[in-house]
Amino acid sequence: MAIKKLLIANRGEIAVRINRAARELGIGTVQVYSKADKDSLAVKLADESVEIGPPQASKSYLDQTKILAAAESTGADAIHPGYGFLAENAEFAAAVEAAGLIFVGPTAESIRLMGDKVAAREAAASAGVPTVPGSEGRLESPEAAFALVEKTGFPVMIKAAAGGGGRGIRIARTAEEFHHLMPQAQAEALAAFGDGGLYVEKLVEGARHIEVQVLGDGKDVIHCFERECSLQRRRQKVWEEAPSPSLTPAVREQLCASAVALAKAVNYRGAGTLEYLYDDRTGEFYFLEMNTRIQVEHPVTEMVTGIDLVREMIRIAGGEPLRIRQDEVRVSGHSIEVRINAEDPAKNFMPSPGTISALAVPDGEGVRFDSMLYAGYTVPPFYDSLLGKLIVHAEDRASAIRRLEGALAELTIEGLATTKSLHQALARDPDVRAGHFHTAWLEPWLASHTKATPST
Amino acid sequence: MTTQQIFSPLPGIFYRKPAPDKPEYKSDGDVITEDDTIGLIEVMKSFNEVKAGAAGKILRFLAENEEAVMAGQPIAEIDV
Repeated sequence: MAIKKLLIANRGEIAVRINRAARELGIGTVQVYSKADKDSLAVKLADESVEIGPPQASKSYLDQTKILAAAESTGADAIHPGYGFLAENAEFAAAVEAAGLIFVGPTAESIRLMGDKVAAREAAASAGVPTVPGSEGRLESPEAAFALVEKTGFPVMIKAAAGGGGRGIRIARTAEEFHHLMPQAQAEALAAFGDGGLYVEKLVEGARHIEVQVLGDGKDVIHCFERECSLQRRRQKVWEEAPSPSLTPAVREQLCASAVALAKAVNYRGAGTLEYLYDDRTGEFYFLEMNTRIQVEHPVTEMVTGIDLVREMIRIAGGEPLRIRQDEVRVSGHSIEVRINAEDPAKNFMPSPGTISALAVPDGEGVRFDSMLYAGYTVPPFYDSLLGKLIVHAEDRASAIRRLEGALAELTIEGLATTKSLHQALARDPDVRAGHFHTAWLEPWLASHTKATPST
Repeated sequence: MTTQQIFSPLPGIFYRKPAPDKPEYKSDGDVITEDDTIGLIEVMKSFNEVKAGAAGKILRFLAENEEAVMAGQPIAEIDV
């Protein structure tokens, strides 16, 4: 059943992106919005719009009942969740289908399976995909833990089973440290969480973050090669590229094949991303998790493969089989995306909501700006700080970086602070230019480059 | 005794508790010092403490928990 009217249950740049993709497919759009987003670009672009509540996401973009009611009142036959908000909420995906509508994404079952860390690890292992070596479940005794780390090798992370957000993590580099830290970790976990259960996992130091884009139709799955997103601050990606500057052709082939194997094993439907840690010194990669949605950094894959991922996921949701064969997916040139956030790099990335008093967007060959901005728009303080993504494409990585520098110089956003100056500094950095970085590279670099000037 | 207002330093969502399952920072009638935290403002997913800024006694909160506030909006009234 082809989709006729698509409700977009998101905001910001991705809502703009989905509106455009739907329009290109001849599909009508319904944009839901909170009171704070009445003047948003997505609302202006959409054929219809429905207010679903106050600024707080919990009372608007996360309110399933209101979103389903908006779909019913407008006669929408499908819902695109974008990323964040309800995109990986299995209960919502099930509720959409129970209401007789199409959820543009995987089945609720796939979301549930991949959202459960232990189940996802098991699915990966049975599809032959390597995961970070460690305990398969909680370890009750220090003896059992030690038997395990003798196999994985050091260093290891000791994590509280009931912990989260980095709490209760200890790193042991030797057997001695391990024997010393294990009882401490157990006592602390018991005191902090009322549960002394621990996990142990090998610590892959200096690893890169590489992810594989897949597209599935519920039967068949293809990959659209990888992205590298190692430049991160507080686990938030700031600069993404495709292809990865660090993979050898042989590892790339293994990595992409493993992603397809896992996605096929779960009969994946729609656009998805499998995230890996990659150790470029050993050539080993480890599956971390699967994101069962479109991702912020999807444009770099679109630029190098020529595949419109958002349109393809909507077509698949409408019941079409995959239109692209694996041997038709080819990478051409190099693409880089930088996230332009309303944050001040000179003030420890303090959020900077405000009104866009002037806007000049770069253009020209191989330059794309996916954003939610227009001159005069007031960026509300209630949601994340992503204003837009500047994406460049050129014949090779060095040319892409030069094109990025030119595009950043042309980009003018006045009225609030943005992360533009950070990207200008990164584009000049010799390590970035050489592709020498890993997931723990950016934070120390930022600490030693505190003189970065704010960009307005 | 004079009445003063405490203003939100930032636009965002105002919270009267450090976490949903924790008690409120302060209640009506509480005696406060200048450095006491009276709430949080969430701006673009970052949480910022709101300090009382003056010693005194809280008469009443003008903004509710989880209310959307503008920068400069009064959020509490105190007697100093």
